[in-house]
Amino acid sequence: MPDLGPYAAEVTLAYAVSLGLIAALILWSWARARRVRRELAALETRTTRG
Amino acid sequence: MASLWEYANPVKFMRLSGWLMPVSALLAAGLIATGLVWGFFFTEADYRQGATVKIIFLHVPAALMAINAWAMMLIASLIWLVRRHHVSALAAKAAGPIGATMTLIALITGAIWGQPMWGTWWEWDPRLTSFLILFLFYLGYIALWSAIEDADTAADLTAILCLVGSVFAALSRYAALFWNQGLHQGASLSVAPGTRMDWAYKAPLYLCMAGFGLLFLALVLAGTRTEIRARRARALMTRERARA
Repeated sequence: MPDLGPYAAEVTLAYAVSLGLIAALILWSWARARRVRRELAALETRTTRG
Repeated sequence: MASLWEYANPVKFMRLSGWLMPVSALLAAGLIATGLVWGFFFTEADYRQGATVKIIFLHVPAALMAINAWAMMLIASLIWLVRRHHVSALAAKAAGPIGATMTLIALITGAIWGQPMWGTWWEWDPRLTSFLILFLFYLGYIALWSAIEDADTAADLTAILCLVGSVFAALSRYAALFWNQGLHQGASLSVAPGTRMDWAYKAPLYLCMAGFGLLFLALVLAGTRTEIRARRARALMTRERARA
């Protein structure tokens, strides 16, 4: 770890919050894409059978 | 040469984004990781700001993307209003949550930096205030898309909201130049002559900015692909209900 001096808490907090928000955005985007892809596949199977 | 309008066709867009999205995601991950590791571990503390200068590697790219995401939404909304291409409306919709997250990161990292440097978490400074309003516009934009069931009506109304919000996106960018009474300093990077920032900070910052730009591209492409699939699923469901 680099020496962050008296501002260690601020710098660490800024990095933790930002990277956490980016990770949450990527996870949300991935989970929604997976759910929609599954729903569409199920619907396409149903409609081609019908 | 292929016209840009060809990609308004969802099939062609899916084909293009199928390879462009993972490539831009990989490049984004590489650039952001390199920029942040360089910035966090290998840059010296500033003589006045101390180690808080390291927050710039997140704050500036996030703020840049917060404004550019809205600019992209504005262009996509105008294309929808004028040419009625569904892919452009869906791309604008996909950009909303990404822009909102970038704005939130810029606001939070700015507050964390401001507390030790300005002595306050928040000040009703022109740039800070216009950024907060931009964030509220993002929330309103996302909420409006969810509130209206008819996709074309939602695209029309959100496009109008996007046009109005563009005033605040422009203010967020230029507020520090319009009003001199604010706490927020002027641009850290500029093409104007004179040195504003040493290359020791500028190099990792440029890497992070490029990385955030590519991350935005990858997430917008992924989001637009999801919205195209969701639109097709809605159409199939409507057809199924009509048959029953």
